[in-house]
Amino acid sequence: MEYEAVIGLEVHAQLLTASKIFCGCATTFGGPPNTQVCPVCLGMPGSLPVLNRKAVEYALKMALATNCQIQAESIFARKNYFYPDLPKGYQISQYEQPLAEHGHLTIRINGAARRIGITRIHLEEDAGKLIHSEARPVSFVDFNRTGVPLIEIVSEPDIRTPDEAVEYLKGLRNILLYLEICDGNMEEGSFRCDANVSLRPSGAAGLGTKTELKNMNSFRFVKMALEYEIKRQRALLADGREIVQETRLWDAAQNQTVSMRGKEEAHDYRYFPDPDLVPVRISAEWVESLTKKLPELPAARWARFQSQFGLPAYDAEVLTSDKALADYFEGCVKEFPQPKQVSNWIMVELLRELKKEEVGIASLPVTPAALGRLLNLVDKGTISGKLAKTVFEEMMATGKDPEAIVKERGLVQISDAEALLPLAQEIINANPKEAADFRAGKTKVMGFFVGQLMKQTKGQANPQMANDIFKRLLG
Amino acid sequence: MALTREEVLHVAELARLSLGPEEIEVFTRQLNDILTYIQKLQELDTRGISPLAHVIPIFNAFKEDKVQAGLPRDLALDNAPAREEGNFVVPRVI
Repeated sequence: MEYEAVIGLEVHAQLLTASKIFCGCATTFGGPPNTQVCPVCLGMPGSLPVLNRKAVEYALKMALATNCQIQAESIFARKNYFYPDLPKGYQISQYEQPLAEHGHLTIRINGAARRIGITRIHLEEDAGKLIHSEARPVSFVDFNRTGVPLIEIVSEPDIRTPDEAVEYLKGLRNILLYLEICDGNMEEGSFRCDANVSLRPSGAAGLGTKTELKNMNSFRFVKMALEYEIKRQRALLADGREIVQETRLWDAAQNQTVSMRGKEEAHDYRYFPDPDLVPVRISAEWVESLTKKLPELPAARWARFQSQFGLPAYDAEVLTSDKALADYFEGCVKEFPQPKQVSNWIMVELLRELKKEEVGIASLPVTPAALGRLLNLVDKGTISGKLAKTVFEEMMATGKDPEAIVKERGLVQISDAEALLPLAQEIINANPKEAADFRAGKTKVMGFFVGQLMKQTKGQANPQMANDIFKRLLG
Repeated sequence: MALTREEVLHVAELARLSLGPEEIEVFTRQLNDILTYIQKLQELDTRGISPLAHVIPIFNAFKEDKVQAGLPRDLALDNAPAREEGNFVVPRVI
């Protein structure tokens, strides 16, 4: 039987507030253990949580950017369970009446648009960090992360393939980065994803038994874990066996998902409204003022890059899939207003260098204006396109201006016929056989002559002019 | 709707309580008494009344996003059963 996968994703994104969601402790990553804690986030009796207004604003921005309906009134609930990373014995989250519901995100797979539903977006607090000792049967607990604001974004089970899942995640992360409300760092855990996966006969309406996948801290691992899990479930069903509803962890060392045996308890969180926190009312005015402040989002920018700059859809997608890259492109076009040429350079040369150096675009030594000036030099004929690549490499290595490099290394293109003519004549004299061949109609030999001239001028001869000169001399 | 012995055991497990046979009996009876007492509320007609999440009619109690000093680490770890290099140390959970 043919099966199709049904995938729903739960994304947790840390919000870039300075202080925690219910207290004044700093949210900075990587501080010494338990140095960013207070009675509230340690869950000490008698402490009172108070909601961070900015966390609400950030969550509302994400809700607006993903077409959600914002609920007029929203409440916080206690989710009760015991785990050492949770000092209160409950997590403050939202259950009934979340902040926003019924949104969607449109993704593109091979050029075709697919709309993925978003069930809800709610606010909650992060848990602490546990480190398990290798040597002894103990765990170490650091509560610095406890109480860092999170939004949980729950998708509808609309996703059918691992590739769609990755596109959806990239789309969400990109919006968070455009909104500047989350740093999107998957390795440090500020953008995390759990997946619910089940199979059903292709075209069927119901849902099969699902498993929940955790511990996938990169897009690549999400894809690999989903592929593995779909294959595993398909094999079980083909064998006539049943899927066990359970949580499975992605094991990146073994390239497989493994059951979290023994840790599975009946999920019974006994949610109830948190009496410490008063309900949140979101007025239409608040929503309106936030809507006005929303930046241009990836989808709008993608459309604008096509209409304003005449870029192909593919170029526009590559460039706008990273806010910093899109900003870089626009900075470059300001200096050198030939968008397609700029796009080509960024997509080929710049992205290759970025990949090689493994650095973010923000730390590039080449500013968008400097790249624009380099392209200007090519456009004016000062240097050839080929030499421009050499200059670009040096710009990347030293951070110097293109003009300075061209001057220092004497790379200016020779477009002076008087200078090239004697050199060309020498080459013809030294290669009588090739000259005769050309005159006999073997025009392919032209490549040889131009190549020789390039060699003699260290690539500085204007190729078009070299062609013309040889044609004239051999004609 | 009487609470069964199994439900009492389930709740005890969620609360990490281990109950002796006599306690199970006592608590089952006591919890049932409480529920019966509370059940009086079911007699009220609540049609048209929206659920109440908080008894005081206050909304939007916010704090601004400002960092404030928390506890010195020594103080934060004061109640820790054991500590090591600034961490709370607990029996291993995985």
